[in-house]
Amino acid sequence: MTGLLAISLPRWAVARPSLDQAIRTFTGGANVLDGRVRLDLPPLVENGNAVGITVAAESPMTEDDHVRRIAVFNERNPEANVAVFQLGPRSGRAIVSTRIRLATSQVVVAVAEMSDGSFWSSRASAIVTLAACIEDLS
Amino acid sequence: MARTLVNVPKAAKQGEVVEIKAMIAHPMETGYRIGPNGSNIPRDIIRRFACTYNGEEVFSADLFPAVSANPFIAFTLVATTSGTIDFTWTDDAGKSQTASATITVS
Repeated sequence: MTGLLAISLPRWAVARPSLDQAIRTFTGGANVLDGRVRLDLPPLVENGNAVGITVAAESPMTEDDHVRRIAVFNERNPEANVAVFQLGPRSGRAIVSTRIRLATSQVVVAVAEMSDGSFWSSRASAIVTLAACIEDLS
Repeated sequence: MARTLVNVPKAAKQGEVVEIKAMIAHPMETGYRIGPNGSNIPRDIIRRFACTYNGEEVFSADLFPAVSANPFIAFTLVATTSGTIDFTWTDDAGKSQTASATITVS
């Protein structure tokens, strides 16, 4: 009976780590501070299949002090990770844009890892009217 | 494998920060969708994107299914010397697609 139940659930409904767990995996358990990162996400999204986001971190981007990685996580997609960008002093500025999918209204978090090993984050929430990628499962 | 589109300024001053845009035509199939026959459509995504400047890797990205179809990435680079900027996209099967652009630095 429990076997039947497990089969009837979508695969992602049980397996996904929470937003905080996913961030902890990325940071290796280090403390994540608020600030130094700006996440631009439209507050109202018409089409969750392509949501433009921009993440910018405050950093001089020199050899001694730069952003090493920028990661983006979501709260309620089937997978918590969205993307991880590797930057360096040759990036010049710590700014990245891309387009992402949002399965439902939720919170998106951007985390930046600095060259000194500190982590900074910013979060934003979006209301999604047309969901991405899992509409066939409901 | 797929059509790509990259946008790199043709010329820049030394030390200038230039914006780079890169896109590839790819469905980024998540593996969570169910096809018309009732079975899952298998996952097929671009897993990694990398950018090298005269052979040295200066930017890369690990992508997950939450990145939209036809993944678009915009980032910045410091124009150091004239040369080529190469872009590589690698998918789940390990196949890769490349694109390249030249930049003249004065």
